[in-house]
Amino acid sequence: MFKKSLFITGLLVIASLILAACGGSTYECEDSLGCVSYAPGDPIRIASALVISGPNTDLGTDSQYGVEIAMDFKGELMGHPIELQAEDDGCNAEGGQTAGQKIVSDPTIVAVIGTSCSGAGVPMAEVISEAGYSMVSPSNTAPSLTDPEQAWKPGYLRTAHNDKVQGRAMAEFAINELGVTTAAAIHDGDPYTEGLARVFADSFEEMGGTIPTFTAVNKGDTDMKPVLLAVGQDSPEFMYYPVFTAEGGFITKQAKEVAGLENTILAAADGMISGAAIEAVGEAGEGMYFSGPDLAFSGDTYQKFLAAYQEKYGSAPISVFHAHAFDAANMIFACIEKVGVDDNGTLHIGRQALRSCLYETKDFAGITGNLTCNEYGDCADPKISVSQLQNGEYVRIWP
Amino acid sequence: MLKRFQDISLIDVILFLIRVAIIVLVVWGTVATIIKNPYDASTWIDTIISGIAQGSLYALIAIGYTLVYGVLFMINFAHGEFFMSGILTAAVFLAVPMSESGFLDAHPIIGLLLIAAVAIIVSVAIALLTERVAYRPLRKAPRLVPLITAIGASFFWQYFFRGLYGSEVKPFPQIAVLAGKTTIAGVDILKNQIVVIIAAILMLVGLYIFVMKTTTGKSIRAVAEDKDVAALMGIDVDKTVSITFAMGSAMAGIAGVLYALVFRQVHFFMGFIPGLKAFTAAVLGGIGSIPGAAIGGFFLGMFESVGPGLFFEGLGVPAPHQLKDVIAFTMLVLVLIFRPQGIVGERLAEKKA
Repeated sequence: MFKKSLFITGLLVIASLILAACGGSTYECEDSLGCVSYAPGDPIRIASALVISGPNTDLGTDSQYGVEIAMDFKGELMGHPIELQAEDDGCNAEGGQTAGQKIVSDPTIVAVIGTSCSGAGVPMAEVISEAGYSMVSPSNTAPSLTDPEQAWKPGYLRTAHNDKVQGRAMAEFAINELGVTTAAAIHDGDPYTEGLARVFADSFEEMGGTIPTFTAVNKGDTDMKPVLLAVGQDSPEFMYYPVFTAEGGFITKQAKEVAGLENTILAAADGMISGAAIEAVGEAGEGMYFSGPDLAFSGDTYQKFLAAYQEKYGSAPISVFHAHAFDAANMIFACIEKVGVDDNGTLHIGRQALRSCLYETKDFAGITGNLTCNEYGDCADPKISVSQLQNGEYVRIWP
Repeated sequence: MLKRFQDISLIDVILFLIRVAIIVLVVWGTVATIIKNPYDASTWIDTIISGIAQGSLYALIAIGYTLVYGVLFMINFAHGEFFMSGILTAAVFLAVPMSESGFLDAHPIIGLLLIAAVAIIVSVAIALLTERVAYRPLRKAPRLVPLITAIGASFFWQYFFRGLYGSEVKPFPQIAVLAGKTTIAGVDILKNQIVVIIAAILMLVGLYIFVMKTTTGKSIRAVAEDKDVAALMGIDVDKTVSITFAMGSAMAGIAGVLYALVFRQVHFFMGFIPGLKAFTAAVLGGIGSIPGAAIGGFFLGMFESVGPGLFFEGLGVPAPHQLKDVIAFTMLVLVLIFRPQGIVGERLAEKKA
């Protein structure tokens, strides 16, 4: 009895092995990081980790729309539809960590477009990198994220500019266009704001100006008067606070009330270019300057993009990184087409192959320019412009 | 205070060393700042006034914590949300339409009074509802249970109002009459700071007189002293507790209006951090005591405002204001190590044996 059941079990095992070897796929994944496989008709799944809640919602939602339009324009990729799993990076380290862990626990996701905020990008880059995934950020600009000695991890790339460019551009604008010689800088301790403020201060001093105060506030602070009083002590002609909407709103509103800052020119950066930020700064922000990516893109792809955006979402873009997100998505699609192996309708994508392809992107024609990625993930063709808030609208004024 | 050598344990030594370390740091920092003199007198005065104004806001919110603790021995963690709900509702339904139509600039006082009325009514309504539904059934439960319930109520109200009004930050209009500064006794002070400080003082004094001199106040003190005996004496305990909650959240509603006047921005999450800081202020001053809440609020506001400049500039810390929360909470720890009952220390009523 025992021997008979053992014999039958053995036969069944051998039979199933033969069947498995004969039917199905003959493709063996030799990729060092593993492969993602999509059966015929299954959608290719990409994830996004952008800030879609809280005071900075406009920033992330705008980028997510850019990704969705890229998906619409592409339609099908190698015979498979494309599906987006949208996650929230919360614009803080905890959010980035959580989103990253959620994404790497899903083996059907092939790549990530994210994060919106550099503060979330730092922990997520680590999580994604260790699991073998690749992420392309549309709006992380902190210099530390593409610095191998700081926060860079293999698998991380970005289509947004590096803030080394933005800080310098703002310093040039302040010194050459506005003719100021003293400036103060305020950040909030987050990699993006601190990095950008630091680059601005260094460039400003290099060009001959002085920075009497370089200080910081906390995220979530509401009472900015003590900091502003300390800054106002030296009556700087220019104050650059490249922080996010909530803190920036409080600083702007309270700056005019502080002795010493009545005549100071106020300026912020791309974390505050959105409808929510216009409301947050209110009347006090009238005439303020904002540095950010230059949206004067040439070529008609951008016009088609804007038309599609208007039709699908009913308005003009609500923030400034939609085109970068569009390009990030297309970069990923182009690489999937290059390294994806079609095996009787089943698509296999090697993760290391995808990563290498992304880093080798050269002269990729995106809306934001010709993208060429360096070995540490900086792909952007960076152009920074300065806008001014006039009558509740951002007006590009420089260069 | 003096112990025999055999009674001193390792913990006592460590606590003593911590006290000494903090005091040394504070004194060193202060002396170094005074020597270095980075700010001039008018900046210090402005910072102190800013601290008093901020402290007034904390004091008004802290009253709610202290009253509820005095009567129920419970920390009402949802109090920050009572603060938020009143002003958020008033902002959405009254303030923004009023400012858009120009009514607020034409009739600022009536407009403000209406906004305050709506804020107080909504805060009180939310507080009474929470008390009735979430806290009253748990009055006999072990102390931890109402605490967790309060935290749950806090989340509930945050997301309730987020669902109701949306998650964006809503700007609160600037009232033209209250914009800008005036000079009093040679000191420049912002008009909205004057309003905050005076309103807070009036409310605190009024509340103290109410609790000490009126019959309702007496019944509140009686329930605080001993709930069961008060019931035996014919006091309606449920009604008194409700009145306590109502008073505390009315103060919070007013604090909400003042907060909106100063910061001109409201959103569903605005109650969390002020609630936490006000709780700290209440503990700092002596939880259960109304003067304690006022003093605690005042001190906390001062620590946050003057502290970074005073202590950290001298010690050479690069961005001192980033650490203002460190100062505030370290001072709390210091006070509690030396005086666990808080600065003022007495309770609403002396607990008899």
